[in-house]
Amino acid sequence: MANVFTNIGNWVNERAPNMMPAYRKHMTEYYAPKNFNLWYYFGSLAILVLVNQIVTGIFLTMNYKTSAAEAFASVEYIMRDVEWGWLIRYMHSTGASLFFVVVFLHMFRGLMYGSYKKPRELVWILGMLIFLVLMAEAFMGYVLPWGNMSFWGAKVIISLFGTIPVIGDTLVQWIMGDYIPADATLNRFFALHVIALPLVLLLLVVLHIAALHEVGSNNPDGVEIKKGPKGNRWDALKPADGIPFHPYYTVKDLVGVGFFLMIAAFIIFFAPTFGGWFLEHDNFIPANNLATPSHIKPVWYFTPFYAILRMIPSFFGTAVWGVLGMFGAIAVLFVLPWIDAGKVKSIRYRGTGYKVALGLFVVSFFMLGAVGAGITAEVIPEWFGNVDVTFWENLFGRAMTLLYFGFFVFLWFYTRLGWEKTKPVPERVTMHD
Amino acid sequence: MANEVVDHGRRRFLTATTAVVGGVGVVAAVVPFIKSWEPSARAKAAGAPVTVDLSKIESGQQLIVAWRSLPVFVVNRTKAQLDALPSVDSRLVDPKSDQGSADQQPKYAQNENRSIKPEWLVVVGICTHLGCVPDYVPVIKPEPFDPDWKGGFYCPCHKSRYDMSGRVFSGVPAPKNLQVPPYHFVDDKTIQIGVDPKEAG
Repeated sequence: MANVFTNIGNWVNERAPNMMPAYRKHMTEYYAPKNFNLWYYFGSLAILVLVNQIVTGIFLTMNYKTSAAEAFASVEYIMRDVEWGWLIRYMHSTGASLFFVVVFLHMFRGLMYGSYKKPRELVWILGMLIFLVLMAEAFMGYVLPWGNMSFWGAKVIISLFGTIPVIGDTLVQWIMGDYIPADATLNRFFALHVIALPLVLLLLVVLHIAALHEVGSNNPDGVEIKKGPKGNRWDALKPADGIPFHPYYTVKDLVGVGFFLMIAAFIIFFAPTFGGWFLEHDNFIPANNLATPSHIKPVWYFTPFYAILRMIPSFFGTAVWGVLGMFGAIAVLFVLPWIDAGKVKSIRYRGTGYKVALGLFVVSFFMLGAVGAGITAEVIPEWFGNVDVTFWENLFGRAMTLLYFGFFVFLWFYTRLGWEKTKPVPERVTMHD
Repeated sequence: MANEVVDHGRRRFLTATTAVVGGVGVVAAVVPFIKSWEPSARAKAAGAPVTVDLSKIESGQQLIVAWRSLPVFVVNRTKAQLDALPSVDSRLVDPKSDQGSADQQPKYAQNENRSIKPEWLVVVGICTHLGCVPDYVPVIKPEPFDPDWKGGFYCPCHKSRYDMSGRVFSGVPAPKNLQVPPYHFVDDKTIQIGVDPKEAG
């Protein structure tokens, strides 16, 4: 029997001689630093969620009807009449939110340990492209159930393009294929959500990992194991502080997968709408183009960017500034490797100024999220009584917007004017031997 | 056939011209796909004029009618609301609708009431910020969003405010006054939305 498998293996290898070397390069002979901590779970978890979204998504398309007249009812049909349809749909909707949880944490890890710095700029840019495509993918997926929040969310987001001078109005009609979001809009969003963007996403993920494996993984100490001593248990020429990705990190990641699935299962079974945060209440009402929901707010993962959009008023007769601010908040992350000129990667050895700034950046992100989700509009009258809510919300939101962009401005000067007092970086990872 | 000399200039020229012609072909082939996203003939045909009977709208009431799938507000303004209009002028972006909002109404509605007849306001109920439908908040009393409220429209999406003529307040995200669609009076109690007075003759 063993002979049969060996023969088949040899037969394949003769015809595809580069397959096994590729497997070794990326798995058993990919040497990752041995000091990975908890923050290094989120890359593999993102892949797990991506697979979940693709598999559950394929099954959802088997019962979903792509038409403005039928879409809402077909989602209800999946929830009520299709065997286990509710589970598949909740896995997909919960997966979407958890995708962003995982990706935000993955990106924060990059900020903390300087994983965007030389030589990993390309890894970071490919990752940012994944983030951008993921946001488009999530937005279009949210439109598909054709609930009232789907409709109005689509209207608001597409109207963003209408603020572009001269071509704006034509562009909006081109995107919608009608004068308002309609059947044509739903159909093209379905095509993009189910075919076009997933293909792009998969390609980018492959490139992201390929680019990472060229330069090697960063680690919590931010030291390059390739520049350290050579020779480990498996290979005399490979970094002494590296261990094979498989089986060491595959096994470690499995622990993370188990923990993650427990949380995901709890949400899917006990709190699939997550109190209106993962699935908004207004989306259980069919789309109605004559009735705007009283509070239009995007799903939680867009709220910080949405708050920036809201906080910037129009000048010179155009509302384009808020849109520029919102997209600028993402664009500025793309060029982070060139904004931050600091030579030390990990937060463990960076100056106090960086630690404080990163902390404030996180605070601004959460607070902008609170503004975008309408939390501040509720708590301001509750805490401060009869005050001008709009004025105070704008003041607070604008302060947080300044704080968000201030992080990047500060970082530019901090790392160029010699203000940063770093600690000595160790020669090797701190957990060696 | 036995020509051993390679003419590199000729090769470059042929490569470049082939690439250009091929590129033109690719661009031409993309056009149908881009154009396929434009509103279809069916979507365009759905934009016929709408007739509204005004006799059922009491003073101070608002009626929302659909025109080209857009909500159009038809409001019968009270005397108090009309009298309060000049008092908010100083807080508006473009009170006379002759600057940034010059294109937001037909010429026959570019007056202090932004309407053909003073009491009848007809505006497209789409916020000029990002296209939400503003709420009708007609009563003249202090509101949480504006302690000096004189009646008007309030957008729940991003808190833009408009007065009773659909003129936008300053300091809100919306840049322009609400759009007045083309319309005309068929008789005293009927209007048709989508057709200018001239064309109607």
